[in-house]
Amino acid sequence: MPTLIIDGQEVHAEEGQTILEVARENGIEIPTLCYHPLLEPYGACRLCTVEVIRRGRSRLETSCTHPAWDGLEVKTRSPAVIEARKTILELMLSRCPNVPVIQDMARDYGVTEPPFLAVDPDEKCILCGLCVRTCHELVKADVLHFSEVGVERRVGPAFLEKTRQCIGCGACTIMCPTGAIEIVMEKDAIYQEKPLGPTSAIWVPSMQAVPRVPVIDTDACIRFRQDDRTDGEIADACGACQMLCEADAINFDQEDEVIELDIGAIVVATGFEMWDPAQLSQYSYGQSPNIITGMEFERLSNAGGTTGGEILTAEGKIPEKVAIIHCVGSRDHNAHPYCSRICCMYSLKQAHLVRDKTGAEVYEFYMDMRSFGKAYEEFYERVQEENVTFVRGRGAAVEMLADGKLRVTGEDADLGRKVHADVDMVVLSTAIEAPHDADRVASLFGLGRSEDGFFAEAHPKMRPVETNTEGVFLAGTAQGPKDVPDTVGHAGAAASMALALLDKGEVVISPQTAVVDEKLCSACKTCLSLCPYTAISYIEEDNVARVNEALCKGCGTCVAACPAGAITARHFTDRQILAQIEGLFRVPAVEAETETAMAEAEGVSS
Amino acid sequence: MNGADFEPRIVGFLCNWCTYSAADTAGVSRMEQPANVDIIRVMCTGRVDPVFVLKAFAEGADGVIVSGCHPPGDCHYNSGNYKTFRRMPLVEALLQQYGIEEERFHWGWISGAEAPKWAQLVRDFTEQVRELGPLNWKRELESKED
Repeated sequence: MPTLIIDGQEVHAEEGQTILEVARENGIEIPTLCYHPLLEPYGACRLCTVEVIRRGRSRLETSCTHPAWDGLEVKTRSPAVIEARKTILELMLSRCPNVPVIQDMARDYGVTEPPFLAVDPDEKCILCGLCVRTCHELVKADVLHFSEVGVERRVGPAFLEKTRQCIGCGACTIMCPTGAIEIVMEKDAIYQEKPLGPTSAIWVPSMQAVPRVPVIDTDACIRFRQDDRTDGEIADACGACQMLCEADAINFDQEDEVIELDIGAIVVATGFEMWDPAQLSQYSYGQSPNIITGMEFERLSNAGGTTGGEILTAEGKIPEKVAIIHCVGSRDHNAHPYCSRICCMYSLKQAHLVRDKTGAEVYEFYMDMRSFGKAYEEFYERVQEENVTFVRGRGAAVEMLADGKLRVTGEDADLGRKVHADVDMVVLSTAIEAPHDADRVASLFGLGRSEDGFFAEAHPKMRPVETNTEGVFLAGTAQGPKDVPDTVGHAGAAASMALALLDKGEVVISPQTAVVDEKLCSACKTCLSLCPYTAISYIEEDNVARVNEALCKGCGTCVAACPAGAITARHFTDRQILAQIEGLFRVPAVEAETETAMAEAEGVSS
Repeated sequence: MNGADFEPRIVGFLCNWCTYSAADTAGVSRMEQPANVDIIRVMCTGRVDPVFVLKAFAEGADGVIVSGCHPPGDCHYNSGNYKTFRRMPLVEALLQQYGIEEERFHWGWISGAEAPKWAQLVRDFTEQVRELGPLNWKRELESKED
């Protein structure tokens, strides 16, 4: 193990370490701007210059590139070192006179004024190459390079032109010690600004997340984006988190797994999605950062959110007036005709929060106040007493005014005239809707969907958690809009229905099932695609279709379609139905002369 | 036998879950409707084989009704009514080729909650068929056989 002396202190190094690394490990500070532990040292800024004494000979070396050899003596603050750093900072300050980090460092070494006149006083780049190395070594995009020589030397993409190779990851801007690189947002750029969203590719979903572990956003992560862009060609980009994680907890190869289980009951609790208010242009959603949805307001107001729970406008100011518009996308024939049920109450809660946290004036544009639950009406009354202005009538439109305010127009149905409010923030209480892939879930479990898109229960009043597929139950908003207490109740019912089924151990099925006469079946497979319950399967070895009677509900669709007439619907066989038709016409028609028929019928019955 | 004297015979194939229960409710609620429709219950209109419709006409029906649950979403079996939706236009085309007036065949949707709609359909359809007069398909078929 190499042993060396740094500033008179004997330290041990590991093979391959540099002087800078050893010094840092032992708490000896050496200034530097171009060093980063994840990147190859480059020795560009030269601020880490130290005096290295080897075999009696003293030399000035950059500690970031000099190996920590055995027997070296290093001085990090000798007069020669201080003098060298001072000169370096003088030159650096002359190149970049207005960069705070350089100004501060220079002041530490007694340099307050640049000795030379700057060519460009706005210059920020010190040509340390951190960005170039980041782009090459970590991101593996190879967008940034040095070009030109001498005083013309500079950093940028090839020919200083925009390139599609840049994935806009922003790693260079984070690495740059002097803030010389900025990301410029262009319209339709690769990624969009998310003011309320996470700011890096790894984040903890929320402070209350269980388990509270960070997740990697594969849409933002450099490694995954390079993978997507190059079809896996650049497979080893970045990985900074993996290199830095001491617990070795990051595994990029972790993927979704398919686990097969045999189960006896299924509870479908696939929930809802928020409806996108940009679909109705009159609300101007997306055109101003101060027009937000109820969900975004929750994030804003959350203590773990970006503002630490303060309710602020996008400009960082406390709003003076806030409008909350109910029924955005609900009870609207241009969007969803149904009532989303939860919005009235959360809007009231948000009005209360705004009043409580900011004291701003609050305008609630509502059509009807549906405070239907236990203690809900009482809460409504309380919010009324908190001096919230209630405007009975749908908020019709939101427009941006020249002074940055937002004008909400609507009809006050009580006054019978058009009203408007100029506010700083608009909260849209958006509808909840069935998830966009509900049709896939529906076909997977053989579920019906009601007109509103949510899964249909077996009976709207008597069987609210069961479905028409035996053993599949619905919980919560998968079945329709619900607030939290209703969801808890519904889910509890679903769980106990499932448990009751498991406990019983058997399923009662209706006797009206379809059965295939395998002698007649020609294995055309017409029936397979018709069955809404995937109860029919093709049996390869016998070359026939066979009905799983536990799944079959006996609708008879396959029976009517079977070209070979091989499928029979028990209790509704072709023979039975045809005999019924024949039977109808054996007896004469209503009110016709029926004496003989009556006599015959009586004769049969007696 | 024509006009007001003529009592048409109509066969209705009704799905167990929607139109059959509508017809049941219509009866229980004493809704006024002619007694010309004879109902054959099937579990789903998806079970209605075109053969049943032809058989009804061949046996002497003057009109046929096929009625089930409203699409979308009302069908007890999720999609049986869609199968009907696709089959029945074919039956219509077939009947036309046999020279049977299209007014003699009705297919559509009546939910379990629409008992008045069922009663109205029975009234309207009976009158419609009554005006057309008897089909006499059975007699013609028998005479051809002879």
